[in-house]
Amino acid sequence: MRALQLAMRMLGREWRSGELGILLLALTVAVAALTGVGFLANRISQAVDMQATEVLAADLRLESPSPLSDDYLAEARRQGLRTASVTTVLSVVFRDEVSQLSNIRAASDGYPLRGKVMVASEPFGIGQPVDGGPPAGEAWPDSRLVAALGAKLGDRLSIGAGSFRITRVLMARPDQGGTFADLAPSILINDADLAATQLLGPGSRARFAQLFAGGRDGVGAFKAWLESSRQRSERLLDVSDASPQIKNALDRAGSFLSLASLVAVLLCSIAVAMAARRYVQRHLDSVALLKTLGATRGLTLAVSLLQLLVVAIGAALLGSVIGFATHEWLLRALKELLQAQLPPADLAPVGLGFLAAIAVLGGFALPPLLQLSRVPAIRVLRRDVGPPPPLVWLAFGPAVIAVVLLIWWVTRDLKIFAGFVVGLAAFIALLSFAGVLLVRAASALRGTVGVSWRYGIANLSRRRGESVIQIVAFGLGIMVLLMLAVVRNDLLMDWRRSLPPDLPNVFFINIPPADRDPFVDFLQDSGARTSRVLPMIRARLTQLNGEAVDQIEFASPRGEDFAQREQNITWQDDLGDDNRVIAGRWWSVEDRGKALVSVSTEVQEALGLQIGDRLTFDVAGEPYEAAVASVRKVKWDSFQPNFFLVFAPGLLDDTVGTWMTSAFFERQEGRTIAELVRRFPSVSVFDLDELLTQVRSMIDKAVLAVQSVFLFTLLAGLVVLLAAVQATRDERRYESAMLRTLGASRATVTRGVLAEFAMLGLLSGLLAAAGASVAGWLLARFVLGIEYGFDPRVWLLGLVGGATLVAVAGWAATRSVLRQPPITTLRAG
Amino acid sequence: MNDTIDTATDTVLAAEELTRQVNSPEGSLTIVDHVSLRIREGESVAIVGASGAGKSTLLALLAGLDSPTSGRVILAGQDLTRLDEDGRARLRAERVGFVFQSFHLVPALTALENVMLPLELAGRRDAREGALQALERVGLRDRVGHYPRQLSGGEQQRVALARAFVTRPAVLFADEPTGNLDTVTGARVTQLLFDMNTSARTTIVLVTHDRELASRCERVLVMEGGRLA
Repeated sequence: MRALQLAMRMLGREWRSGELGILLLALTVAVAALTGVGFLANRISQAVDMQATEVLAADLRLESPSPLSDDYLAEARRQGLRTASVTTVLSVVFRDEVSQLSNIRAASDGYPLRGKVMVASEPFGIGQPVDGGPPAGEAWPDSRLVAALGAKLGDRLSIGAGSFRITRVLMARPDQGGTFADLAPSILINDADLAATQLLGPGSRARFAQLFAGGRDGVGAFKAWLESSRQRSERLLDVSDASPQIKNALDRAGSFLSLASLVAVLLCSIAVAMAARRYVQRHLDSVALLKTLGATRGLTLAVSLLQLLVVAIGAALLGSVIGFATHEWLLRALKELLQAQLPPADLAPVGLGFLAAIAVLGGFALPPLLQLSRVPAIRVLRRDVGPPPPLVWLAFGPAVIAVVLLIWWVTRDLKIFAGFVVGLAAFIALLSFAGVLLVRAASALRGTVGVSWRYGIANLSRRRGESVIQIVAFGLGIMVLLMLAVVRNDLLMDWRRSLPPDLPNVFFINIPPADRDPFVDFLQDSGARTSRVLPMIRARLTQLNGEAVDQIEFASPRGEDFAQREQNITWQDDLGDDNRVIAGRWWSVEDRGKALVSVSTEVQEALGLQIGDRLTFDVAGEPYEAAVASVRKVKWDSFQPNFFLVFAPGLLDDTVGTWMTSAFFERQEGRTIAELVRRFPSVSVFDLDELLTQVRSMIDKAVLAVQSVFLFTLLAGLVVLLAAVQATRDERRYESAMLRTLGASRATVTRGVLAEFAMLGLLSGLLAAAGASVAGWLLARFVLGIEYGFDPRVWLLGLVGGATLVAVAGWAATRSVLRQPPITTLRAG
Repeated sequence: MNDTIDTATDTVLAAEELTRQVNSPEGSLTIVDHVSLRIREGESVAIVGASGAGKSTLLALLAGLDSPTSGRVILAGQDLTRLDEDGRARLRAERVGFVFQSFHLVPALTALENVMLPLELAGRRDAREGALQALERVGLRDRVGHYPRQLSGGEQQRVALARAFVTRPAVLFADEPTGNLDTVTGARVTQLLFDMNTSARTTIVLVTHDRELASRCERVLVMEGGRLA
């Protein structure tokens, strides 16, 4: 109690003296960086999540070939979720005498639960978002159907026993997906009209889907319930199943944002360690005096701890507020680009900020404070007496534990965690070693340089321990910033590579063999850039190594799904750029006509295939057996025609049904496509623009998050750098006064300070560039799974940037010290 | 309480065979060498000697700021060698005051707050009133809100004196109390010191090079090579 009273009374007094202010500033900046990154990452990742759910038109989607029980919907509503249902049935749509086989989609009110339906007033026009789907009695056919039927707005269409008026042209649905299961064009009607069409009956080819959306926790709980209640044949999809591109983007963004916040955590720790060191240095005399005047060790420790606790709480509060404000400001600045309704911030980062402040203080400030309490009272008579040297585990143990816990807390991923911890430990050891080397090498340089540099270098070598600590701190700070730049560049380049702006945006399937050449000619004449043209054959897997697939229990549901569904297969001479053989070998000219098949990794994993396994397919009633010759990793986001199953050329030549290709059209060329549909009526056209726009906007958002977090971390790094430089202010004040008393001009002293910090920054930068290159390569290669590109600019930036940054920061922080008249300092003692 | 030291009722501080050795690169160094002494209540004692004779170390041992290699110290009836660091601190809080050559005021605290500090450490509720009275006695009533850096050397040492006497200690230890002051200011501080010694019957043990100051003490102990001459 006495300690608390004394601590509070002393806190006020010490605050006036400004000593605790530096610690508060360092910790506040650190907490602000941490919570700012936390809020930002949290909200953008939620926004990306939310956007991803749009691809399902829901948070959760249950699909089945047979009608789904209404109990699911009832239970979902009972749990407070929003629901909708979509029934898809294949049938013929008539406009007078003209007919077209189409997918009729009947959507209930409330559809889509996530995302918007896009419509236009003419086929292949520019889509505008609308709320919900068509009201009862109306139908929204897609561009292909309108073109095929030669229809226009206001026309009446017959579907089964029902009659509908065309009020809009359907351009895109959120859940149209990226697969080509739907070969026929689509038409959207209201669920209330479905019964009147009398389409649902025995033998009808229908698919049923129920959609669910709600808060994160509610959806999680309902998903768990649904997992245990659903039938085996009913397929449950959530964000992670929505699209492989989105999942990749999410995973990458998640990994990167975690790393970015880790950097903030580490900078935080460095800043606090330096501020705590300074606090201890400044308090050695006070504590010795307190002890002389009768304070016990426990009391002095309690007073310091309570003061720090108050500072920690203050810093956590202040830092959280600043972090929140900063992220709000950043989001506002990015609003134009984000174009998304961001979910409200949740308060989790504040808790993280508080706990991190306590953990960092406990890890980095507690050991020096314990040391402080051990300073002997005799220091009041003999200034050279300090506290006894600390036990190694006590000095570094808490810091190591705090860092490890914080890294684990932020990453929650063993691979990233292990990589980061090992890299960090190795880097600190390397930097410490290099720091020692520098300090030794420095004395050799002293005789060869001018007075300013000699003074600067002498300072480095005189403060041997401090110099090494600062080199480690600066080196680490610069390294993480450089590493972010390295990884960020790689990520952006990887994404750009995966989604070039002239990506094919229209797919053509069902090209009859007779139309193949004229069709390709037409495309080329119209100026569209085309990709490869591949045959497309429908096939069903019947046997695996001679055993009927319906007798086989597949470990993964995807395997079962794959064995049940009819597949599109092709044959092809050359392996495209977007395919990579990872097992077995691609065929040569000699293999022509041989019964060989190449499978994609998805098929290989789903069916558990090995090279040499025999697959039997039913192709138009004929059995074909082929041996697995290779496994391919396919880059699906190349948007080139690609197939799970590719046969060797020559085997299936006689069975060719149709051909397919893809092409890039400018958006304005809707008329060309309409003309194409008229000239080649049997060719099915898939407009991928909407899907691509969706995917690209999501990836753009992820990139933006990465960039803004990077910017935030850069700022945090700079401020912490300044806080670190502040740690040596006291000594510098005294030295500057001494030098100027001895006749040195202020410019000479300033040059000396600049020389010292530039030297410090140069070596830190050199090591940081090396560290960042290695760590960046490890991260890119093993954690993010992207290609690493060596960038010499990292070295230039490390050296020049490091020297400049540290020199300028050092100069800025010591400027007021250098300005002070020597007499003020010397009189103060 | 103890067996060999004659602790007459008026003995407030006694040392027996007090020895302090330190390790140096040249081997073990004896700074205080088997020193025995006894100081009466209210007595003023000066310890003089050349630099490096061991005066300050002896003072630190007598005040319990340092622990002897061998021998013992009885301060206000308590054997310091039997107390741990915290025990010695508590004893200092109750019975001991200090004045230093370089004043050792806490720069973050005002004159008043510096004087309040020992009272607060002793858990006294009337710290403020006591401190104000003490400052009044040293003639600094109008300087209570000043920080050390705003005070002259003499004023700082008077604040230190007020702080040393504010708990009415049994023994006041002073290490070169006038060492940083000019002659006139030093004389004034010395006068204050002995006035308070008289009025509060506080025992004074001081280390000094100042012959004038030493001559005002009732007893002068001369140290040479760690021993009392």
